[in-house]
Amino acid sequence: MTSSSPKPNSYRTLPDTDGHFGNYGGRFVAETLMPLILELEQAYKDAKNDPEFHKELDYYLKYYVGRPSPLYFAERLTEELGGAKVYFKRDELNHTGAHKINNCIGQILLAMRMGKTRIIAETGAGQHGVATATVCARFGLPCTVYMGAKDIERQSPNVFRMKLLGAEVKAVESGSRSLKDAMNEALRDWVTNVADTFYIIGTAAGPHPYPELVRDFQSVIGNEAKEQIMEAEGRLPDLLVAAIGGGSNAIGLFHPFLDDKDVEITGVEAAGHGVHTGKHAASLTAGAPGVLHGNRTYLLMDDDGQITEADSISAGLDYPGIGPEHSWLKDIGRVDYVAITDKEALEAFKLCSECEGIIPALEPSHALAHVMKIAPKMSKDKIIIVNLCGRGDKDIFTVAEALGVKL
Amino acid sequence: MSDAIIGGKDRIEKRFAKLKEEGRAGLVTFITAGDPDPEASFEILKGLPEAGADIIELGMPFTDPMADGPAIQEASNRALAAGMHMRKTLSLVRGFRDQDHETPIILMGYYNPIYIYGVAEFLEDARNAGVDGLIVVDLPPEEDAELCVPTVEKGLSFIRLTTPTSDDKRLPKLVQNTSGFVYYVSVAGVTGAGSASNEQIVEAMERLKRHTDLPIAVGFGIKTAAQAADVAKQADAAVVGSAIVSKIAESLDENGKATDKTASMVTDLVSELANGVRNARK
Repeated sequence: MTSSSPKPNSYRTLPDTDGHFGNYGGRFVAETLMPLILELEQAYKDAKNDPEFHKELDYYLKYYVGRPSPLYFAERLTEELGGAKVYFKRDELNHTGAHKINNCIGQILLAMRMGKTRIIAETGAGQHGVATATVCARFGLPCTVYMGAKDIERQSPNVFRMKLLGAEVKAVESGSRSLKDAMNEALRDWVTNVADTFYIIGTAAGPHPYPELVRDFQSVIGNEAKEQIMEAEGRLPDLLVAAIGGGSNAIGLFHPFLDDKDVEITGVEAAGHGVHTGKHAASLTAGAPGVLHGNRTYLLMDDDGQITEADSISAGLDYPGIGPEHSWLKDIGRVDYVAITDKEALEAFKLCSECEGIIPALEPSHALAHVMKIAPKMSKDKIIIVNLCGRGDKDIFTVAEALGVKL
Repeated sequence: MSDAIIGGKDRIEKRFAKLKEEGRAGLVTFITAGDPDPEASFEILKGLPEAGADIIELGMPFTDPMADGPAIQEASNRALAAGMHMRKTLSLVRGFRDQDHETPIILMGYYNPIYIYGVAEFLEDARNAGVDGLIVVDLPPEEDAELCVPTVEKGLSFIRLTTPTSDDKRLPKLVQNTSGFVYYVSVAGVTGAGSASNEQIVEAMERLKRHTDLPIAVGFGIKTAAQAADVAKQADAAVVGSAIVSKIAESLDENGKATDKTASMVTDLVSELANGVRNARK
């Protein structure tokens, strides 16, 4: 599918029954896992149609996660940039400090419906690991989190958090020692422990039905934002901006707006040291379609199909792939994808901290950096919503090091 | 192109017919192409039939082998570090096929390197190099249109992995479009993990035989000649991978380079395994 393909009547009807978003998605997994994936698909279908499941999910989202998260008018940042009005969707105020828990609550409720008694997860920045460890503590299930050894070094506060929550954190030394290798290792665990284990995937990627169910659980972000902006401004925004690693916070914000044709949408990838340097994580900007971790999607790889290492100051964006729905949205041209360097993200991190009193995570700092570029060029009656998907407490050591500050 | 070289499912069928005639099970050996380097790998490959390998599985190196345990992961890493890639893997097969027209070669690995090569071009080149079949770990029947159907149309075998999670409901879907043999992964897990009990294997064989007439090869966790013999009593072939690849690792010098013992250490192990398999039903 290319950008010349006819535009669909709705952008919100996929995946199809085989888990495809156009040419992307699918179920590229070892046979041992297929019966589990089919079982999960059925369980998710049943849960979606069960009012009791939604009642339970809504309860925990409200009283445990603290939803709805506010839609906040960033007045000083707006003044500073001198253009469009900038709103923050404040998912960093969720319990555990990021959007990841929206999905974890949904998946653990699903796991319990399926009678699974053990949870595994992969994590990059540690936010998904912390969210998974949190829901496992809350519901009393044992939890093993796979995390790249490189990420363990740079995200030690989150490693300690997971341990406090009772999770076992397993360091992954294989490959590039980061998120993709953690995902490989989680898949190896899953294939070994098929009977009792549920794999809570943290991003809107992986084999069908994960991209769909993670998107659905994260769509609470966009659904709330839509209602909130109508209340605040009486109209829909002109632009949505969100950071993209695997793409779960972004698809959660974007999906409810996809059919609102006047809303422009931009996803922001990590350009690391710069896309031209080859040291980046911008799979949509500089990658090509391939097959990894259960789905066809844009990947960073060499001409032999070997996956190359991603590079970003943000451990949460340091992944050589992307959720398949983003690949489709790129090809059909509904969403624009841009890339922001480490340096630009750091600037945005500082600006947001200083003029809004909000220390953002390095992931949404990429989205903020794009807003800093674009908002001044837009007129003052325009409205931008940027997803502030995580708070920056976990990143202060990384940022200090990057700024040459000794703590 | 000589017909003696071109790959196809016939070579696999002939091999199993011959094994049946001899009244014994076969030994399927796995090594990764280019491990520990392309030249040493070719030496190892050439020696396998004489050491007693009846069928050869040749791993296509991949950076992210998510269904493999540490031994085969490391083999892949060694091969990639030594500059291995798909075209070299196919030349390795071609070099082998120039000398051996009978031992079936099955390429085993993950889909992405094939997808990036281009399915049609890959199948053409693989067939011309003398590849007889493919095992692609991350292509379940739900994705048959990707590679399985084109492979079968090209006259090569697409060999399916069946597992302890493949029940009577799932098996008909698994054996459709498949040819050559059916590979039974005897434990749910990654390659090189623990092995299944005899009873489990017998039960699985019975289940599989209800759904297919194809020969059944059993693998995962077979490390010794005795274990291979046990499997060979029940199955049409025993598959050994991680144990052989670990032997390669053991033979390397402190810099991870091949030594003059590398090829012989592998062929010694394969001879032992072959003895076990050949004497299993006596």
